[in-house]
Amino acid sequence: MSWFIRGLRAGVLTENLPEGQNLPASLTPGLPRRTDFATEQEALEITSLCPTGALRAEERAVHVTSERCVECMRCKPEQDWRRDADWARFADGGPLEGAFTRSIHVRIVDAGDCGSCLSELAQLNGPSYNLHRFGIFITPTPRQADVLLVVGPVTRQMLDPLKLAYEAMPAPKRVLAVGACAASGGVFGPSVMCAAGAADAVPVDLVLPGCPPPPLAIVHALRALCGQERPA
Amino acid sequence: MLAEAVTALRSRWSCVDWSIERDSICASISPDDLRAITKYLISQEWRLGTIVATETHGQLELRYCLYATRHPGWVQLVIAPDRMERAVPSLTPVTIAADWFEREIEDLFSVSFAQHPRLGDFVLHDSQWAENAGLMRPGVHTSGDLSEQQREWRPKRVLEEEGAFVMPIGPIFSGDAESALFLLETVGEDVVRAVPRLFYKYRAIEKIAEGRTAADVLLLAERCAGTSAIGNGLAYCRAVERASGVEPPARAHVVRGFVAELERLRHHMTSVREICASTSLTVAASQALWLEEQLLRISGETCGHRYLFGVLAIGGLQHDVDDGALRACVAGAAALSPKIDQLRTALENSSSFLDRIERVGVVGREAARTFELVGPFARAAGVAADMRVIQPYDPYPCVHFDVPTESEGDGYARLRVLFAEMRASLGIMSELCAELAPGATRAPAAIRAGSALGWSEAPRGASVQWVELDDEGVVRRYRLTPPSFRNWHGFHVATEGFAFQDFPIVLATLDLSVAENDR
Ligand code: SF4
Ligand code: SF4
Repeated sequence: MSWFIRGLRAGVLTENLPEGQNLPASLTPGLPRRTDFATEQEALEITSLCPTGALRAEERAVHVTSERCVECMRCKPEQDWRRDADWARFADGGPLEGAFTRSIHVRIVDAGDCGSCLSELAQLNGPSYNLHRFGIFITPTPRQADVLLVVGPVTRQMLDPLKLAYEAMPAPKRVLAVGACAASGGVFGPSVMCAAGAADAVPVDLVLPGCPPPPLAIVHALRALCGQERPA
Repeated sequence: MLAEAVTALRSRWSCVDWSIERDSICASISPDDLRAITKYLISQEWRLGTIVATETHGQLELRYCLYATRHPGWVQLVIAPDRMERAVPSLTPVTIAADWFEREIEDLFSVSFAQHPRLGDFVLHDSQWAENAGLMRPGVHTSGDLSEQQREWRPKRVLEEEGAFVMPIGPIFSGDAESALFLLETVGEDVVRAVPRLFYKYRAIEKIAEGRTAADVLLLAERCAGTSAIGNGLAYCRAVERASGVEPPARAHVVRGFVAELERLRHHMTSVREICASTSLTVAASQALWLEEQLLRISGETCGHRYLFGVLAIGGLQHDVDDGALRACVAGAAALSPKIDQLRTALENSSSFLDRIERVGVVGREAARTFELVGPFARAAGVAADMRVIQPYDPYPCVHFDVPTESEGDGYARLRVLFAEMRASLGIMSELCAELAPGATRAPAAIRAGSALGWSEAPRGASVQWVELDDEGVVRRYRLTPPSFRNWHGFHVATEGFAFQDFPIVLATLDLSVAENDR
């Protein structure tokens, strides 16, 4: 049987974007969110579980700095976890406008990622997520890119290549920081060899936390960046 | 067996004080004896696991850890050379496997090795760092603006023919490739050799681990290579547990083995996908990608994280995984198994695909042995190195499984090994699931001062780690030797004389992680 026929036989595997609040398996583990506890003491105890300082207690409530969360699950199940895919938040500027709403090209730059963020990005072009249907394409050259997608905390030895890639892009351009590493340095930075994320090297427009953020959250972030939808 | 080995060593080097500590033969030796002893051990089929350098109060200590391949057990040789007095004897002339270890130590501890063939630009790039930066030495921190330290760097050329040129690829290239630079030396159509320049992604995990608690360093161990979080995380947990005398409960061992195999299954699916994609076989790549996504979802449903972060804890597991979830996981993975087999058969029957991976990126048995390659890479070349068998750890001694090997050492052999290991992992998972007994999943982690080795068979091969703790449970020295660091060393062997267009294929079939190497 030829591969062509085999491909047809497999049928349509692409999934619709989920509606509502149910957590699809593809979104695990989700992200912790603000939770109210019975006592102040309890809130402080939960906060002390967090290795990266992502949790902050204010009286009985525990607030989450999502950018710092590395999804170590130490505060699970006590903390509430969000069950949607709209994790991204604009740091600066806004979405691309005009014709960009229909189609953008994205250059991925690995600035020290551990492999998981990149692995989730590889899923985007797979049958399940099919990024192409939104007119969003991954391009090998920064010269054709409208969006620079950075993963990893930005290591010292990747700092210059990353800046060069950014400079090589035509305007208007946007930068998307994907993952806890690119958002805040994650478990690695800031430290001797790592910056505190992409913002230390290039102007970041949209920040997507998660370690790693699941493909569905990346799809939402990219669509938000080209103005196809608004982040929650 | 270890007793016999120590007797043999005693009879040969009688003035050395050999002792047995648990499963290691330990000895402090003079730097002058290092080469002779190592040479002897290697002739007895011992293999270099790692070299750990430490510096305390200005005193340098080098610990050479070798493991036996014929029976369980390690040898740890410790030398304390005076760095001021003279250079340390290099082991590279004895075994080429020591080459990269010594280059790394030279960069990070500014130790010079006598008779090493090639030191210099390695972990710390010469374009940004002075040669004696010694980043890992106590008290050395970097500061200041990097742009002022820019210096010119030119790759070493090997080819001196007329018309020869070097084609650089990277550090940023292709769609979602990891950052690394490849220098392809060529005289025209064919690439004569390809030299990788790595460590663009060097995050100095070993350095930033110092001073963090043992529990927090686990986060680094897992994220050294997120695609083998359990593989490297487990080796780290085992090192800490052995250093502080913590024994995880039986159920924890079983579940750990289970998730390690689940990870191997998913990881190998990723490798297969990359091989298919590199040959532009889009339909097969998409099918592999879909299977990979299903395995990621199964992992997420079973353990709460798609890449299995946060499953392990020192002393056992962070959260128990209930029997129902594990059984559902086995059922889910077994349901995918016919699809995986279909993909394998379809690939094996595609001659255009086989043409592109057969006799490509060949690494023979001899090279695999001398470079001491590990994991599926070595097994495809006929070297049955697998830590689960040669240095067994729980739960593997009571599980039945095969270690598949092939002999050709080419891209196709590696693909077959990947598929065979996937099947083996599925088998181990269902066997472990049947063995489950209720019980605790985490021993109280009473961390005390100490140091120990820990190892595991990660998806890409042996991960060997060393940890030294103080009595507060804070890490003083963390040494991480992941499998990709060993296997990148063999990269240039696989890339001798190939056509330009085959480069992505060679790279994909080698199944190397840059993140894991760069640390
Ligand atoms: S998952 Fe881990 S890093 Fe994230 S908030 Fe909870 S404890 Fe902190
Ligand atoms: S954010 Fe997490 S998953 Fe992504 S690169 Fe960093 S450590 Fe890896």
